[in-house]
Amino acid sequence: MTIKMSENVYAAVPDAQGHFGQYGGKFVAETLMAALAELEAVYQALAADEQFQQEMDNDLQHYVGRPSPLYEATRWSNTIGGARIYLKREDLNHTGAHKVNNTVGQALLAKHMGKTRVIAETGAGQHGVATATIAARLGLDCVVFMGETDIQRQALNVYRMKLLGAEVVSVTSGSRTLKDAMNEAMRDWVTNVDTTFYIIGTVAGPHPYPMLVRDFQSVIGREARAQSLAQTGRLPDALVACVGGGSNAIGLFHPFLQDETVAMYGVEAGGHGVSTNEHAAPLTAGTPGVLHGNRTYLMQDSDGQIMDTHSISAGLDYPGVGPEHAWLKDIGRVNYVVAKDDEALRAFHKLTKIEGIMPALETSHALAYAETLAASMTPQQTIIVNLSGRGDKDILTVAQIDGIVV
Amino acid sequence: MSRIAGRFQQLAERGRTALIPYIVAGDPSQDVTVPLMHRMVESGADIIELGVPFSDPMSEGPVIQQGHERALENGMCLNRVLELVQEFRKSDNTTPLLLMGYANPVMYMGYAAFADAASAAGLDALLTVDIPPEEVGDINAELQRVGMDNIFLVAPTTPEERVSRIAAEASGFIYYVSLKGVTGAGHLNVDEVAQRLAAIRRHSTLPLAVGFGIKDAESARTVAAVADGVVVGSALVNIMAQTVADGGNAGQAIDAVAGLLHEIRKGIDSAAS
Repeated sequence: MTIKMSENVYAAVPDAQGHFGQYGGKFVAETLMAALAELEAVYQALAADEQFQQEMDNDLQHYVGRPSPLYEATRWSNTIGGARIYLKREDLNHTGAHKVNNTVGQALLAKHMGKTRVIAETGAGQHGVATATIAARLGLDCVVFMGETDIQRQALNVYRMKLLGAEVVSVTSGSRTLKDAMNEAMRDWVTNVDTTFYIIGTVAGPHPYPMLVRDFQSVIGREARAQSLAQTGRLPDALVACVGGGSNAIGLFHPFLQDETVAMYGVEAGGHGVSTNEHAAPLTAGTPGVLHGNRTYLMQDSDGQIMDTHSISAGLDYPGVGPEHAWLKDIGRVNYVVAKDDEALRAFHKLTKIEGIMPALETSHALAYAETLAASMTPQQTIIVNLSGRGDKDILTVAQIDGIVV
Repeated sequence: MSRIAGRFQQLAERGRTALIPYIVAGDPSQDVTVPLMHRMVESGADIIELGVPFSDPMSEGPVIQQGHERALENGMCLNRVLELVQEFRKSDNTTPLLLMGYANPVMYMGYAAFADAASAAGLDALLTVDIPPEEVGDINAELQRVGMDNIFLVAPTTPEERVSRIAAEASGFIYYVSLKGVTGAGHLNVDEVAQRLAAIRRHSTLPLAVGFGIKDAESARTVAAVADGVVVGSALVNIMAQTVADGGNAGQAIDAVAGLLHEIRKGIDSAAS
């Protein structure tokens, strides 16, 4: 299916029921339906409330440190010899990743709704850290659910969350990764729905989460678009971002969707390769289904059971993806591609050595693909890569792979 | 009249509250399920609710989650669940059977294909935890086409104006979730349940079954005093798992479930008298 890009179809999704074409929706147990309706009503009211927007902008400027720079990676671009690559430096945000843009927004919603307790799921720990951080600042109780496997591979972030006063609950069901953490967070929410706000970290989950997380993260693309015009006098030719659930990607892409000349690439985790079953690339190799409250592309078997995924990066190790990405794939507006574990690792090392910027392993997937893409383009063209997070949290993982004891 | 409607009518005539046990199909092993179903009928079950195992059972507490995990490890899948239904039907053509599960396996099979296969196997109704009225799509039409009921949940958080919307989609009976929480939670408030059931009855004439948090004869008795049906799940899954963990064989696991169901039946009947 193709659509005419001159029509602003992008502003029309989701529809009132939270659907992006055949994707999205509210596939949750009845107990949560009232809470979702309340959240939607509060969000609609506050999104139009000038005072709330000022509060949000103030936090983003003075607490998060926005706007984040758009940095031209000249040395890296020169080694490739193709397009000039710019990095949108979300790693420079307070807490070190794009995740905080969303937690600032959702925590303000929680405060306005009178909730005293926030919960979150986390994979790499970045969303957990960002939630624990904002909970500390607002004086909210905070519980973060994290798969046992991820707790082991992201020990530094676990300790950071504890220092910030959050309780980290180890999830031992299923595959013990992000999807199971999300199941457990949903179970907590259904039990404590009166007092608790669930801060979902990505553009997945039931409506209105995919919409409101997109809206909060779109500050990335709005800034990048203005910065590109100011710094290069034109729009970029391509955007590249990694896609797990897809929040940093949608944040960068969304404000550019109507710019027909801007190509977009969402990079999924290829793991050991999509021809193996050890990857986390539902858009590339999955089929539509329902998980965690929305219909989207999933990694599932012939019985509709959700499959275990594999990625070197905990933050991409998820069998689903935000429903708006599923829709953008089907209408052909965004290209979804993969980078494998080893390609991401090479990009991690290369950017660290050549630019003095240590990217998160999640981000490294986008960098790996950007390198291939840039090589196929000319020096007159530009690419913006969303440098979604910094790599300090991954040092132990990388050291272990390299056989180094830190 | 569907088997479920017929069963509730018979029970109403006899002044009896329906006992609806829930087990996970294929837990603790595939060959236990059908003998266990028959034994539950002998022990006082009026309708059987078979859980379809799913990799991500978001509404279940730890006891039933583990039941789902064990069943999946035993190779259970939706097609196999329907085969078990068919096998049960060879010697019981009257006890209504309800599948309870999550949207994805049914959606993956396809609503029309599921309806055909399920009705051919002898299934009476479907309850998908994560398909609220807003997301029913074609599934109701498909189930109606083959004469199956679609069971919907009403929760403590459901506003009264929503109840009528749910009632409009529902058939067979309405399943009232007795507490805010997951299956097997332990904070049931019967007075609150009674008030909520009265509110639901203003919008629907369907029988009302209550589940989540009913674990023994006493809690079943108090709920039976106000409801048309009582669903018991975690307590049964748990006693079976405990029996197996303590070295018991399949026969002993079935005996343990039958014993508990028998007690619960007595509790329910003492409320009715």
